[in-house]
Amino acid sequence: MGPAALEAIKDLSMEKRVVFRHKFLPYLLVAPQIVITLVFFIWPASQAIYQSALREDPFGLSSTFVGLENFAEIFTNDIYLHSVYVTAIFSFSVALIAMSTSLLLAVMADRAIRGATAYKTMIIWPYAVAPVVAAVLWYFLFNPTVGMIAFTLKTVGVDWNHTLNGRQAMLLVIIAAAWREISYNFLFFLAGLQAIPKSFIEAAAIDGASPVKRFWTIAFPLLSPTAFFLIVMNIVYAFFDTFGVIHAITEGGPNGATNIMVYKVYHDGFLSLDLGGSAAQSVILMIVVISLTVIQFRYIERKVHY
Amino acid sequence: MVEHRPWLTFATHAVLIIGCLIIAFPIYITFVASTHTLDEITSSFPLFPGRHMIENYHAALTVGSGEVGATVGRMMLNSAVMAFGITFGKIFISLLAAYAVVYFKFRFRMFFFWLIFITLMLPVEVRILPTYKVAADLKMLDSYPGLILPLIASATATFLFRQFFMTVPDELCEAVRIDGGGPMRFFFDILIPMSRTSIAALFVILFIYGWNQYLWPLLITTDESYYTLLIGIKRMLDVGEGQADWHIIMASTMLAMIPPVLVVIFMQKQFVKGMTETEK
Repeated sequence: MGPAALEAIKDLSMEKRVVFRHKFLPYLLVAPQIVITLVFFIWPASQAIYQSALREDPFGLSSTFVGLENFAEIFTNDIYLHSVYVTAIFSFSVALIAMSTSLLLAVMADRAIRGATAYKTMIIWPYAVAPVVAAVLWYFLFNPTVGMIAFTLKTVGVDWNHTLNGRQAMLLVIIAAAWREISYNFLFFLAGLQAIPKSFIEAAAIDGASPVKRFWTIAFPLLSPTAFFLIVMNIVYAFFDTFGVIHAITEGGPNGATNIMVYKVYHDGFLSLDLGGSAAQSVILMIVVISLTVIQFRYIERKVHY
Repeated sequence: MVEHRPWLTFATHAVLIIGCLIIAFPIYITFVASTHTLDEITSSFPLFPGRHMIENYHAALTVGSGEVGATVGRMMLNSAVMAFGITFGKIFISLLAAYAVVYFKFRFRMFFFWLIFITLMLPVEVRILPTYKVAADLKMLDSYPGLILPLIASATATFLFRQFFMTVPDELCEAVRIDGGGPMRFFFDILIPMSRTSIAALFVILFIYGWNQYLWPLLITTDESYYTLLIGIKRMLDVGEGQADWHIIMASTMLAMIPPVLVVIFMQKQFVKGMTETEK
């Protein structure tokens, strides 16, 4: 969810003074959006919630109502709990690497130096690269048979084979996912830095504060709303948008080492055809998205009083 | 602010250059690999472009790779249809919905508003199976409408247009009315032309979004002639124990990156505006 959506909700009470009155036209205008929303969003989501309380027999012929049993089963299932753990490690690492790298680059690019525009363009454009394509790029470099980095690692004594080694597989998907997300964070950090009044920095400089001190005492605290916004966005990215990275490089393996929650929903529902279990997992992910959205709202509230 | 700290300027350049090199490195290697034969790629690790660029790209575009069964040319066309379909579809229905919500008073207005808002919290990843089922019931599997329609509801675009419409002076609306114009005349003659910067910003973001879709096309395409390029590349990698056609895969990967990257580079201003104001 972007800033525009948050703004729109915030000043919902704002209304036009001049409005048209028409009996059917407004319904006609909202109809396409509403029909798509009902058919492809609301209906499937409610189906997921409904199915999460059902269990199908092995032949898919009949289903019985089991209440919250699917959920109870999930939360006592070691494979699912491992997937939650893997997702936590993965999201945290992606957010940490992407945010710290991009903050460093943004601070550097914000200094009025020659070539700043060229640097900015160079850093921004990987955002256009799809997560799955980023995955292919890194997969090629780390491929145990043809990969240049895998080969280099072998010559220094690291036996790289992410198809067998779970830790290496995790490291690889983290690199591929974080690499692409640097651009996104960079853009927002740079915008945040450029919004800091130059007079603050100048005043501190006149008082003799070094550039490093100026960063930690002025820029860094003023960037905290941006950083908070980005933490939420990075978690959303790592949870949901990295499906392509996992699917292309590891397919959740080896042995579940990179089986993030979204991949597991796809795998259980689409490949293993466990409808109830997959639906219950979907509902859990829905709760995750809703919670993240609520957190963002609270943050926007605080920013207003900043 | 003018400050003379030569060492700091040097360090700044050093960090930025290293950063750019790390960011560009995988893409450079991909490009290099796309200009060599498969033998050259598997036997050595080429660091500089080879002589087989035209040959590889031509083979990818017109023949494709291994068992995939569709040429990259065909798959790029599918990706383009999907990307433009999603882009224009989202912009179109969001403009209409935002117009209704801002400029009309009608029953259930707020209800519709919240309904649109809820879509933000329901990404396709959390409703994979039931959405697939809806598409199947509507006979949309392996079709362009199936690739496009389920993805064109957009709360973000609707809200962005709403925010913009709220800043449009009421006098313009009154003027049209005094001239005897109706609501649609105001919409097409005044509002849409005024919205073009917002539309351009959204165009960039949505084109990238559409071109880079992966999960949904993966679910609903089983017929190769509807594969998008990203799905095709994944299929090219699935060779089991066999040898992947790396030269073709790398050429295809370059081709998959070029359209959205060009859009970002040439519409950078709109891109930055779109990102910081909308996102998604």
